[in-house]
Amino acid sequence: MSMMTTVKQDFPVLKNKELVYLDTGATAQRPQVMIDTVDRFYCEENASVHRGIYTLSENATNAYERARDCVRDFIHATESAEIIFTRGTTESINLVAASLAQIHIQAGDEIMISAMEHHANIVPWQVCCEKYGAILKVVPIHEDGSLDEQAFAEILSARTKLVALTHVSNVLGTINPVKKLTTMAHAQGALVLIDGAQGVPHMSVDVQDIDCDFYAFSAHKMYGPTGVGVLYGKREWLEKMPPYQTGGAMIAQVTFEKTTYADLPQRFEAGTPNIAGVIGLEATIRYLNNIGMAKISAHEKILTDYATQALLSIKGLRIIGTTENKASVISFVMAQAHPHDIGTILNSEGIAIRAGHHCAMPLMDIYQVPATARVSLGIYNTQQDIDRLLQGLDKVLAIFG
Amino acid sequence: MTELRELYQELIIDHAREPRNFGVLANASHQHDGFNPLCGDKLTVYLIEQDGTIADIHFEGSGCAISMASASLMTQALKGKTVAAAEQLFTLFQQLVTGKASSLAVDQLGKLKVLAGVAEFPVRVKCATLSWHTLKAAIAQTNTVASTE
Repeated sequence: MSMMTTVKQDFPVLKNKELVYLDTGATAQRPQVMIDTVDRFYCEENASVHRGIYTLSENATNAYERARDCVRDFIHATESAEIIFTRGTTESINLVAASLAQIHIQAGDEIMISAMEHHANIVPWQVCCEKYGAILKVVPIHEDGSLDEQAFAEILSARTKLVALTHVSNVLGTINPVKKLTTMAHAQGALVLIDGAQGVPHMSVDVQDIDCDFYAFSAHKMYGPTGVGVLYGKREWLEKMPPYQTGGAMIAQVTFEKTTYADLPQRFEAGTPNIAGVIGLEATIRYLNNIGMAKISAHEKILTDYATQALLSIKGLRIIGTTENKASVISFVMAQAHPHDIGTILNSEGIAIRAGHHCAMPLMDIYQVPATARVSLGIYNTQQDIDRLLQGLDKVLAIFG
Repeated sequence: MTELRELYQELIIDHAREPRNFGVLANASHQHDGFNPLCGDKLTVYLIEQDGTIADIHFEGSGCAISMASASLMTQALKGKTVAAAEQLFTLFQQLVTGKASSLAVDQLGKLKVLAGVAEFPVRVKCATLSWHTLKAAIAQTNTVASTE
């Protein structure tokens, strides 16, 4: 625990003592060591990857591929060829929706998602269903924000070709039992894609243990650079999938008559990648491993419980998403004030929360709220941050009574 | 803090809590929906137009205090005005909430000037102008849902 109290010092944006940053769910703050790594790359090590025959390029390539190995170990994948670098979770999901569908989805097939999904794990599947004449099935949730597992089992059928599910809800904080649900899906012959954007920052993820076929996440939500994300995919599926974007880097040979494609993972990494971003991601993973994901989970649990108790003491405040062991995401509404007004008033006190639909409009409709205010915690948050949040909410009550 | 007090002054909180001219308007000659996707403000503006004059105007909806208060104040300001005058007031109102209104403009806005504080909170301008955009769409009888995007 003692390491966690000094973690805040590692994040330069948080040197500003006025700021209480409670929006890590939108994007995390970045540790100095990651910033320094990216800086050093651009200052001393910058070169393109995979093609140069001079030392600088060779070193950059090694660093890039080392980062791939690092990600492989971080999520406990079998091999590095199963790690594809993308722009982020959204691109990762789009990649699977566009590519896998060509070989796996036909008219009359079913794709299952849950009612708590982020738009990134809804819209690509809507488009896919429209394109291929497949049917989108939505698994409902219970009032407390947990997935209706009985409904999941009932909707799952031999027609289900793919289940796309979030690991952790960015609104409700619900942690889905992805291992169990993957087993159920596989029993029906369905593939499983997990949206891990809010999973990876908060806990140790083992894709082999979950046994999902695809796992997608973003660097910037786990304290890494923007513009970088990962798609993990089992080799047996990635090998069969046609390329997503085409062009340089992903080819084996090009003539005007015929082009052949590279092996995994290059086949899915067209063009010059976000080299600095990938290298920055590796530095971030090393930083997180140094602290330990278990320690991070434990710290966030204590803080989330503290925050939840404090929020529940406010008259007129209702928490949306009340599962037992949730992640450090707390959405709420207040009878007295709209989330947008809460956000503006908290901002005047230096407190950054998110107010809106959180890219989950269907979920807002389910709870019949126009929007929610959302507090999402990161490794650098402390009890003092929560105390200041409570003071800020007192101000909301003072103005709106 | 004073800017915040300006934004959330008594009159605005009052109008947000108890919006005037709230509810469906039977026999409306024009109506339109408005939606602010950024924060979920939703409203419908109804009006009865007779010979170029807004004989009656109502609104319904839910949203943040600024959007609701602005809609309420708008209906109060526009009842009995000509459509032309309403359009002119829209232009002046937009100037007000973006901090570009002359003192003459502010005077012409009457009670609407209470929303001048929005200018200090640029992210909230769309909340304040949603009802006006919706009104404009109602007058023009366009088919799409009005938005501030």
